[in-house]
Amino acid sequence: MAHVEPQTRHRRRALLSQTFALLCLAATALCVLILIVLLLEVLWQGLPRLNPRFLMGSMSRFPEKAGILPSLVSSLWLIGLTTLFSVPIGVGSALYLEEYAGPSRWRHLVQLNIANLAGVPSIVYGILGLGLFVRTFALQRSILAGALTLSLVVLPIVILAAQEALRAVPDSIRRASYALGATRWQTVWYQVLPAATPGIMTGVILAISRALGEAAPLVALGAATFITFVPVSPLDEFSALPVVIFDWSSRPQTDFHQVAAAGIVVLLTVLILLNATAVYVRYHYGKRIRW
Amino acid sequence: MGEARTVTMELSHHVELRVTLMTDMVTQRMTLPVRPHIVPRDRPVRSPDELAGHPAKISVSHLNFFYGEKRALADVSLEIPQHCVTALIGPSGCGKSTFLRCLNRMNDMIEDTRVEGDVLLDGNDILGPRVDVVELRKRVGMVFQKSNPFPKSVFENVAYGPRVAGIRQKAVLFEIVEKSLTRAALWDEVKDRLDDSALQLSGGQQQRLCIARALATNPDVLLMDEPASALDPASTSRIEDLIFELRDRYTIVIVTHNMQQAARVSDRTAFFYQGELIEAGSTNELFTNPTRKQTEDYITGRFG
Repeated sequence: MAHVEPQTRHRRRALLSQTFALLCLAATALCVLILIVLLLEVLWQGLPRLNPRFLMGSMSRFPEKAGILPSLVSSLWLIGLTTLFSVPIGVGSALYLEEYAGPSRWRHLVQLNIANLAGVPSIVYGILGLGLFVRTFALQRSILAGALTLSLVVLPIVILAAQEALRAVPDSIRRASYALGATRWQTVWYQVLPAATPGIMTGVILAISRALGEAAPLVALGAATFITFVPVSPLDEFSALPVVIFDWSSRPQTDFHQVAAAGIVVLLTVLILLNATAVYVRYHYGKRIRW
Repeated sequence: MGEARTVTMELSHHVELRVTLMTDMVTQRMTLPVRPHIVPRDRPVRSPDELAGHPAKISVSHLNFFYGEKRALADVSLEIPQHCVTALIGPSGCGKSTFLRCLNRMNDMIEDTRVEGDVLLDGNDILGPRVDVVELRKRVGMVFQKSNPFPKSVFENVAYGPRVAGIRQKAVLFEIVEKSLTRAALWDEVKDRLDDSALQLSGGQQQRLCIARALATNPDVLLMDEPASALDPASTSRIEDLIFELRDRYTIVIVTHNMQQAARVSDRTAFFYQGELIEAGSTNELFTNPTRKQTEDYITGRFG
């Protein structure tokens, strides 16, 4: 084969490089496009129904009277209690595994299991919750039982994220603390944990978002798709946003599909508010932590 | 102006003299008698006679250290005199840093290690299982190779040692922070930035902050593991000046790869090679007239 001019080779390389960049751009554009279409579709269907009566109203078998307040409040109860249960236990476990437990086969086994648990389908947790919390602990189909079940779903996520955040704290910080005569407890509490807080927060928000969007375990648990009162205590019966959205969208009347779209808008709004809080908290803490 | 005077008063006799000298050079009015032995080294080194007058602060005898099966220190015996700078030199992996970490038991944190022999601090054993390691580390401070300030404010960095030791009163803490930063020759640069993040300081400032942080627990001994190896020449020179100023109050042990640095700052030098202590003696002696062939080869740059 004849000698290829350096210029030609250069052009060919540049072309290849541009093509690849273009392909990546196309992939990104496709994702964004799908997202935009979905959002527009939901907004177009849901916005007309999104009025005070819908937000403050209760469930109804007539689409024009259907409201979302009971399930919205249920969902807020659920994620509040889930956070309360899963964060201390999750962060505690992560601290033990990262800062205290020595490298042993037992630790390795636990670690492997947590990673596996994060991948278990949530409906399995729902069935576990039904047997354990609803029946054995006799909590009935209460918010408490739902929150405990959701805590099981998100615990592996919280633990893994917190472990990741703790691992990202440089060892030099721990050494410096020990060298100043700090105990292990002081080192963890005053140095490692504050430095890992932004990372842990991210994991927690991710977990809460997951809990907010879960319908399957709650359905397995027997969450109501139709409640007409706003729950006021953790022992009340409950519903949840994804559960009623699922119910509405599976009804034959097309009017209910619009109601479901409005429900989705509410769910997304709550999600975005949660994430915004997370970003703010992260920023607020992160400002003081720069490696 | 007031600050400058405080600093001058805090510093040792020699430095006060140097500051005066510099002022005089600028004004070109009068000359102070310059002591001849200052000239070659820029700082007075302690003569062997003078060294003999310093009691041993730390005495190490027959120290062996193992990482798993690998022996990192072999039968090391060394006396570290009080209020002197002792430099540990030697090629990479010769055990000098391991030796340093034995002196405040930082090796305890490394898995699968074993230590044999005796290390006495003021005549008391520090390797025994009943020794309070937390208390030991307050008396034997440490500065690391890479500056490692906490991701907190300058004030909180220095106050951390006293805080974990149980001091709560803000006024007392502030006093300690000011004193430590002054001794670390950093107060004037950071006194208006105490609430800023320590990570916003320059590299040299961060390392001096780490020194201040170590001084805040009021230690007797200061261990330095290549404290200037990651710094530019100007910052290195400031750290060296600082070491020199600190030696009247603290017993300093410094690990360094830089032989000129050892020669510049230390009173005594110990040469390690392959886990053994080959030779230790007054810095002048060791660098001008080494008794062992390996020492001579190393300091003349034939290996290492």
